[in-house]
Parts: sequence; C-alpha cells; structure tokens
Amino acid sequence: MARAILFDSTQCIGCRQCEQACSEGKNLPYDDKIAAEEKTSAHKLTAIRTYGERFSRKLCMHCLDPACASVCPVAALQKTAAGPVVYLPERCMGCRYCMVSCVFGVPTYEWNSRLPYVRKCDLCADRAPKGEPTRCAEACPTGATISGDRDELIAEARKRLAENPEGYYQRIYGIEEAGGTSVLILSAVPFEQIGYPVNIEKTALPQYTWAALKHIPDVVVMGTVLLGGIHWLTHRKEEVARKEGRP
Amino acid sequence: MMPLVQRYFWRALFAVTMAAGAYATFLRFWGGLGASTNLSDRFPWGIWIGFDVLCGVGLAAGGFTLAATVHIFNIKSYHAVVRPAILTAFLGYLLVVVALMFDLGHPYRIWHPLIMWNPRSVMFEVGWCVTLYTTVLFLEFLPVVLEKFKMHAALKVMKAVTLPIIIAGVILSTLHQSSLGSLFLIMPNRLHPLWWTPLLPVLFFISAVATGLAMTIFESWHSAKAFGRQLEYGLICRMTRVLAVITAVYLTMRFLDLSHRGALATLNQPGIERWMFGLEIVLMAVPMLMFFREKTRRHPLAVYLGVVMFLLGFVANRMNVSVTGLERAAGVSYIPKWTEVAVTLAIIAAGFAIFRLAAHYLPVFEEERHEEAAGPTSPRIPTLQGATAQGD
Repeated sequence: MARAILFDSTQCIGCRQCEQACSEGKNLPYDDKIAAEEKTSAHKLTAIRTYGERFSRKLCMHCLDPACASVCPVAALQKTAAGPVVYLPERCMGCRYCMVSCVFGVPTYEWNSRLPYVRKCDLCADRAPKGEPTRCAEACPTGATISGDRDELIAEARKRLAENPEGYYQRIYGIEEAGGTSVLILSAVPFEQIGYPVNIEKTALPQYTWAALKHIPDVVVMGTVLLGGIHWLTHRKEEVARKEGRP
Repeated sequence: MMPLVQRYFWRALFAVTMAAGAYATFLRFWGGLGASTNLSDRFPWGIWIGFDVLCGVGLAAGGFTLAATVHIFNIKSYHAVVRPAILTAFLGYLLVVVALMFDLGHPYRIWHPLIMWNPRSVMFEVGWCVTLYTTVLFLEFLPVVLEKFKMHAALKVMKAVTLPIIIAGVILSTLHQSSLGSLFLIMPNRLHPLWWTPLLPVLFFISAVATGLAMTIFESWHSAKAFGRQLEYGLICRMTRVLAVITAVYLTMRFLDLSHRGALATLNQPGIERWMFGLEIVLMAVPMLMFFREKTRRHPLAVYLGVVMFLLGFVANRMNVSVTGLERAAGVSYIPKWTEVAVTLAIIAAGFAIFRLAAHYLPVFEEERHEEAAGPTSPRIPTLQGATAQGD
C-alpha cells in the first residue's frame, strides 16, 4: 500500500484546520498572521489559498518519480515505498537544485537561517508505518482532505466524478501530472483557476535528464578509444624517429 | 606619466573590489543567504550559480581544449599557449569551488556527493567530474612547479603519465561541460523555449570549446601587455579562425534546433526574452563574422575586441539559461543584490591577481618557444603596443 492524499477542493471551506494541525505536528509556529499567508514557506508546509468562493490547498505532491529526488546530488530527498518523499537534512549540502527542479514549486528554504535546510511536507512519514492518517486529513472537518492508499483514492475520486458530473471538472489532477503524484486533487473548475499549474509534462521529469545522463559510460569508453587512437596516429612520426634512434 | 596613473588606478580598483568582497563575505556568512542575496523560494539560483559556476567553468575550458590540441592532436604550434591555458583552468576551477562555497547553504558539506551517491543526479556527476578534473589540472600544471624547482626525477615520472592524465582531463571536461547544460533538462516547460532543448548538453559543450579558445586569446593578449612579452600573433590569427568555425557550427546547430522545435515563433511574443536572446546571438555572431575576415584578423585591437565580445556573448548565453529563461515561469524578476555582485567581482579580481603572480614567478610562458610557435610565414608584430599604434 502506497500512501496518498485525496484533496477534494469542492468540499473545502477554507477553515485552515489542516494548516494548524500540520504546523503543530511539525513544531512550527502558527498564528493569525501566518494563517493569512496564502503560500507555503519554510514555516508553513501547506497553505490554503482563496480564489473567490473557492479554496485550494498547496502541499508537496509526492510525485511517484520525483524530480527533486532525482536531482539531489547527495540523495537527501528520497521517494519511499510507503509513498512520502522524505528529506534527510543531515545529508543536505544546500545546493537548492531540488527547489529549481520542482515543477510545483514545493521545496522551500530557511533563507534567514545561517545554516539553512529545505522544508517541505513529508506526508506525515512518521505516521505512515502505523497506517494512521496524515495530520491534515485527521484535522479536516469536512473530509475535503483524506489520506489512504493511492489506488483506492483514485477509485474514490472516479466515483465522485461519475456520481456528480455537474459538480466536478471531469479530471483528476495528479494521475498523470509529472508522471503521476501521490496527492490527487478534484475541482469544480479547471485546475488553473484555483492555482494549480497545468502546463506540466505527463511523463516523469527525471526521464529528461536520464536521456542525457545514460550516455556517460559510453562517452567515457568511446572517448578513451578515440583520443588514444588519435594520439597514436598523430604521434607516429615521433615513434618512428625514436625507433630509428633519431632525436 | 600615464602608466603610473594606470598602475595606481588598477591597484586602487583591486583594493576596493577586495574590500567590498570581504564585507559582502561577512554579510553572507553572518547573516545567511536571505540577508545577502535576492534569492527566494521562487528563484533559488542567482548569479553565484549562473555566472560564477556556469560561466566560470566554461571560461576555464581552455585547459582541456589546448591540452587536447597539443598533446592528443599533436599540433605543436599551439604549445606556447598550453601552459597559460592550463593555469587559467586550474585557477578557474579553484575559484568556482570558492564561489560555490558562498552559494551552498552548508558549504562545509561540499564533499558530501563524493560519499553520498545519487547516480541519477546531474549535479552528482558534475561534482565528481569537477573534483577529478581539478586534480587532473593540478597534475597538468605540476610540471611547471617541478621545473621551477628543478626536480628532474619527479618531472620524468610526470612525463611518463602525461597521456593518461590528458585523456582523462579531456573526457572529464567533455562530461561536465556538457552536464552543466544537462542541469536544466529537468525543466522543459519552465525554461523558455529559446533555451530549453534536449541539445543543451551538446550546445554547452561546443560553446565551452569555443570559449576555451577565446579565453586563451584573451589571456595571451593581456599577458603580452602585462609582461611586455611578444604576442604569438601568427598563432592568435590561427586561433581566431578556429574560433570562427566552431562558433559557426554552434550557431548553426542552435538555429537548426530552434527551428525544428518551432521555438523561433516565440520571438513574436513581447518580453525581455527575445531581446536577451538577440543580445546573446549578436555578441557571438558579430565576432564570428569579424574573424572570417582577413582584415580583422590582421588587426590586433579588432581581434581583442572580437574576443571580448564573444566572451560576453558566452556569458549572456549562460545567464539567459540560468536566469532570464526561468523568470517568466517563476513569476518573479531577479536582480542580484549588491552583495552577490561584490562577491562575484572579488572572485574575478582574485583570479586575475593570482594568475599574474603565478605567471610572474613560475615558468608559465616559455620564451624559446615563441619563434617556433609564430611560424616563418605568419605576420610577426614586434610588440602589442607598437602594433595597435600602427592601426594596420
């Protein structure tokens, strides 16, 4: 079972209980001022955003094949079998390539710290082994956020779309975005209208890099043969001269 | 009187640059990245990556280009410029590492990629290549030091392992010069189509080779001036021709790629991108056209201006890939804070100063090789100042 979240924005009332539960669980400060910041940051790992009457939630999408984990030179970000993309601060050297690579703009940085770390939602990885719901899902009073197995949540989302064709924009955000994510989102309107990027590749992003990276062993072998060969050809004269005892 | 004024002007400028750099360094390590940069969650990489690292590594490409030309292709006439090129490269890489220490949140963990592997990461590969190649450059430059101190036994050992070292250097450079382009492959829909292409690694590699040559000409010009040496002008003429051809190949590939991807249509869209793209292309195309003309090649000042223009074009390209091309998708416009600029300028100034010292005290330029290098038929201009004064 791979843990996932289903966020049904049509049921979100913007109460921000998820934000508060998240901050409390992660020992982060939370007050009215922070609640009003409608964006994620190093001290706010999930954020409710207001779009007129509608609300949407930003949090780490926990991609199935995350760009951040693929680009990290020290494997400080890892996709776990249980679902969460976790961060190992003791490895991080602070290059921030994860932040640059994330198509959802999720990883944030402790810019004001002298020895800063990356911060992002970890899908309550500490709770995953026990099978408990994430803190945000537990706190949500309307059931807009629920956590569970990804396949089951997809089935649930499909059921909702089928049962209420007028109420939903007929797509599940997260099935194919960036090759699939562990956070799935439903909406009444097209996703770009409530703040989700839609100009996103349908294949896993690490493939773009791998297309180049996979050639490296061949470049090394071919390069050695080629350069050694050219050297042999271009230095023939000297070699002959040496054999004949000329300077 | 002029030289005296000039001398103090440069010294004062150097002192001011280093003082500003020192203060900026304090702000960076005392106050953190937030206080000392204009970076943000939306725009996490600035000029310390875009200029100091991307351009720094590219500008140091002369080391492997010239090492391959002379030691692999056995084109002996280039021998006189190999050592300065390797010195530039060695210093360049050391300075890139210093610059990276400013940018990293945990600079003292810079060695982590060597033991905490992630072979899927381009940055991991770049880290390994740069580490190994800096070692290679050290070994390539070592004979100069050994010569200075007349350590003949050690020199002999070094000579025996030259070929594998050179080959390793060329391959490592090929890998990481191209991989600096691969760093941006992960953002296909965010890097502007004028710059994102699956060919990024190939384009980065070709432009780095050209830049290596341009830097070699640039530093030959300057060291000729600084040390009152004769300029290997025949050699420089030949190098500008090669530079013109490589630039032609690069620009052809660039435009073929843009046209195949339909990216040229984006030039109709308003915004800063098309102007920055135009700037980058013009700064490379104009020197190329200049160097194809015999008249320009015979005019030292024109050659110098052309090379400077080309180098600026190269810098424009790297800055466009790492900054301009990402601003629209990030929804922010990034302008470096003064501290970022001050650190960068101080690193450049330190580079010039260390190169000067090394060239002064070590046998980097070998006088006896000049005759052979210039060749009998090439135009021989006695001193640079004389040549520019003639305005030939």
